[in-house]
Amino acid sequence: MTGVALKGLLARRVRAVLTALAIVLGVAMVSGSLVLTDTISKAFDTIFTSSYSHTDAVVSGKKLVDYSNGGNATVSKELLERIKRMRDVEAASGALLDLNGDSTHATLLDRDGKAIQSNGNPTFGFGIDTSQPRFNPLKLQDGHWAKGAHQVVIDAETAKKHHFAIGDMVGVAAHGPKERFRIVGTATYGNVNSLGGATIAVFSIPTAQRLLGLRGYSAISVAAKPGVSSEKLLSELKQEVPATAQVRTAKEQANDDKQGVASFITFIRAFLLGFGGIALFVGAFVIFNTLSITVAQRTRELATLRTLGASRRQVLRSVVFESFAIGLGASVIGLFAGFGLARGLGSLFGALGLSLPEASSVYATRTFVISLLLGVLVTVLAGFVPALRATRVPPIAAVREGAVIQRKKRLGPLAGVVLFGIASALIAYATLGGHLGSGKSLLALAGGTLLGLLGVAGFAPVLVTALAAVVGIPARRFGGAAGRLATDNATRNSARTASTAAALMIGLALVSFVAVLGKGVRGSIDRAVDKQVTADWVVTSQNGWSAFPAGAGRAARSATGVTLASDIRSDRGRIGKADVNVNGVDPATIARVYHFDWKQGSNATLAGLDGHGAIVKQGFAKKHHLAVGHGFTLRSPAGKPLRLTVAGIFQPPQVMEVLGGVVISRAAFDRTFVRPSNSLTLIDGSPTQAGLDKALAAFPDAKAQTHAEYVKAQSSFINTMLNLLYVLLALSVIVSLFGMVNTLVLSVFERTRELGMLRAVGMTRRQVRRMVRHESVITALIGAALGLPLGIMLAAAVTHAVGKYGVTFSLPVASLVIFTVAAMIAGVLAAIAPARRASRLNVLEALQYE
Amino acid sequence: MNAAAAAAALTDERVLIDHSPPALAAHEVARRYGEGDTAVDALRGVSLEVPPGQLTAVMGPSGSGKSTLMHILAGLDQPTSGNVEIAGIDITKLKDNELTKLRRKHIGFVFQFFNLLPMLTAEENIVLPLTIAGRKPEREWLEQLLESVDLGARRKHRPAELSGGQQQRVAIARALVSRPTVLFADEPTGNLDSATSGEILQLVRRSVDELGQTTVMVTHDAVAATIADRVLFLADGEIAKSLARPSQAQVIDAIQEVAGQ
Repeated sequence: MTGVALKGLLARRVRAVLTALAIVLGVAMVSGSLVLTDTISKAFDTIFTSSYSHTDAVVSGKKLVDYSNGGNATVSKELLERIKRMRDVEAASGALLDLNGDSTHATLLDRDGKAIQSNGNPTFGFGIDTSQPRFNPLKLQDGHWAKGAHQVVIDAETAKKHHFAIGDMVGVAAHGPKERFRIVGTATYGNVNSLGGATIAVFSIPTAQRLLGLRGYSAISVAAKPGVSSEKLLSELKQEVPATAQVRTAKEQANDDKQGVASFITFIRAFLLGFGGIALFVGAFVIFNTLSITVAQRTRELATLRTLGASRRQVLRSVVFESFAIGLGASVIGLFAGFGLARGLGSLFGALGLSLPEASSVYATRTFVISLLLGVLVTVLAGFVPALRATRVPPIAAVREGAVIQRKKRLGPLAGVVLFGIASALIAYATLGGHLGSGKSLLALAGGTLLGLLGVAGFAPVLVTALAAVVGIPARRFGGAAGRLATDNATRNSARTASTAAALMIGLALVSFVAVLGKGVRGSIDRAVDKQVTADWVVTSQNGWSAFPAGAGRAARSATGVTLASDIRSDRGRIGKADVNVNGVDPATIARVYHFDWKQGSNATLAGLDGHGAIVKQGFAKKHHLAVGHGFTLRSPAGKPLRLTVAGIFQPPQVMEVLGGVVISRAAFDRTFVRPSNSLTLIDGSPTQAGLDKALAAFPDAKAQTHAEYVKAQSSFINTMLNLLYVLLALSVIVSLFGMVNTLVLSVFERTRELGMLRAVGMTRRQVRRMVRHESVITALIGAALGLPLGIMLAAAVTHAVGKYGVTFSLPVASLVIFTVAAMIAGVLAAIAPARRASRLNVLEALQYE
Repeated sequence: MNAAAAAAALTDERVLIDHSPPALAAHEVARRYGEGDTAVDALRGVSLEVPPGQLTAVMGPSGSGKSTLMHILAGLDQPTSGNVEIAGIDITKLKDNELTKLRRKHIGFVFQFFNLLPMLTAEENIVLPLTIAGRKPEREWLEQLLESVDLGARRKHRPAELSGGQQQRVAIARALVSRPTVLFADEPTGNLDSATSGEILQLVRRSVDELGQTTVMVTHDAVAATIADRVLFLADGEIAKSLARPSQAQVIDAIQEVAGQ
């Protein structure tokens, strides 16, 4: 019997391939995501392990807080000398090299003096003791290592890309104003060609210390004498180092370095797999629909098998085997297509400013297993209901003309309503509880969305006639006889039209959901930023969110027309066991450019900030049980304590707070934090863009924007995000497009005789094509009519849940119109091949067709 | 039973008619479609016996119930009352799985529209019932069948590459391959021209004569009916007349007589 099923499949090759395509894309997305993230992970592995390839132990400053601008605590030169003198130490070397933190960064400038941004990738600035090559993770490719105060070695990739040769001068901006260095060599990091598009500048240790504003080293690498175990070395070192430093084996250190990246990779993987899942979900609809139609069309064949002695179980097995074979074939194709897609995804992230490191692709066994298993499983599951239906074909259908499968009482609509009810309850639970963001509620939201989509698909057949009557109006009015027939065709098998449209509905619902929510979030960000920042001009870093040298703020002040420039210092500190944002402000000027929403205190309170006063965020005060007059201790990333007293309490907006948990005076900030840097410099007055640009010329990392430009730029990442989501969701829309092609091809095939009759009574080929096209567009519009409201409703629910962040519900009308037009275009595209096929039928043969 | 033995057994057909248990028997079979006012009685109590090794034809005008009768005899449809026995088994009481097993062993079908599987070759179509039952075809028997339906040269052809007559010959061989107790032929010539019809009818007759294949054939073709050992005429859901080995003229008269009732 499986032989018969296989031969059947081969005989209907085109149909099988069309069906399979529905699952190919989803599997490709899954395999592509896995390959891409494995590759990134491998690249980082190589990077981190090659950092310590000849090292037994690493002594580094303890990481007290995450995401510090100033960086981790450093280890001192004296400690290095002490370690070098230890009995069991063969060699030790200090370096300024921190792949994770933001402290060893130096921006290279291209030949036009502009910062080489490399798509938001790190711009490393290292200080390395090249006299001990065994500890040096970098490999010199050409020239020699940097010596003295005016030399630099840059990574070979950047040199090539920006046409720098040895002997050229290059601009470098780090913690101070930009400086010029002579390139004396090119290097690569370990064994990888590219650090994910990151740029690297390597200096001598003293030069790096001066440029980066750091004292000591970020880490000391230690090698043990022959015969000394690394355990022994480790325990000896532990007695030697101060409390702010830690000792680890090279492996531990590499693993630790990797941790941040690992969780980032895990996130990207889950994110991409999510879209693979959506594409597979849509694919399941398409498979279900296509197999339902083909089973219905093969009624006589299946019944004949029954009369020849095939049992129900055999029929079930043969149809399940068919979906298995389709699933397996599709999964194999999808698996390999995914290898190509991995590159595409990499470039997609690159195009959106999120470059990932490159290395030769990693094809893990796990990728093969998961992709194949998932593809086959989804196909077989989707094909199971049609297979069950096939078993209900009675043998008598072999002799009866036009016999239809006996249906059990239709449960679809009722089940759909029940599912939709459950979905609504889940979504209500997730969004009304006021705790969206907890794992449980997000799960409820995702589950609710899934069930809601299934539910609508369930009762959609009931709606099809009414929806077709509405969306079919243009077809009936302007399409002539062809348009009228198209509307009738779309409604005559409402279950089929409904499930075809449902596949498209899923993609459109999700797209409109993100569009509506995106607009709401964007509005809330704009309002929050606009409300806080009242300055005329704002200086930020080039990317808008990272910190920039404090010197840039001073430079901006010198521009003509500037009446006031108020620096906002920014870093992370630690209170008790919690990290907190700390800002240093100028108490005299800040209130003129930043609007405080006071809960306790007033602008006059700012005067008391000098010394040890702090203004704290209301949420922070609550969490730490602080009231005005209470004292607390803040620790800098380097571990330096600062005793503070609460002087006032304010409430910044829930999103995009410009000033964070603890606000202290700039003077106190600069005393406590190493490498103080600005998150913003707020400017009042009437300077010109050119004047500010000129003033900031020495700080290529900083840029000046008007108030309006700044507000707009702060929410621009939402657009990037939306574009990424649109591209990824487009995948599932394409899958549903295959579903539409399938349904049309099968419908045309089924109506061969009828089409012949229509042609015989005078319908032109053009009219036939138009009829098929209209039917397709009507189906697509039904998908839009179901999907758009669903997405909007879901967005409304989520908007309600995040209302406290100032997100308000707002319809992105233009986007929704575009989605509807896109759905129509999808309908037209899907109809091309089926319409051509229908119009080319030979009238005579079609009439004799049985 | 091989062909020679079957042929030998057929030499005295009277003996068979009188003393062998019937291959197929129906007792007071009635079939009603629908309920209440709109109810239609397609069969109103039909009893018959089909002796082994004979060809029985069922004739009747449209709506006489001949198709319904065949469906019920073949276990494709359930009677409202009455029962049907094949090889002594009451098939009206069987569950789906038991019916499936019965079909494998006791029933062969020939359809008006051939119902061949388009993706299989002639030979694959012929052995399909055995394939489904998980049995291997006996080589010798298959060759004999292929020869008797004259398809030896076309065994590797697919249905689309065969003429209508050839397709029906494949269908007949397929029905014979499992040596069923009864072969049901539903308008086997209904979709063929008259010359080809003649060939097919000869083939059906030969399978009865040479293989002793008990056959029930529904037809509305008077010529087709003349090859039967016995012709049953149905009208309004009842057997109105029965003729043994009638001539074409007798058949035509009987049809008119039955239709005129």
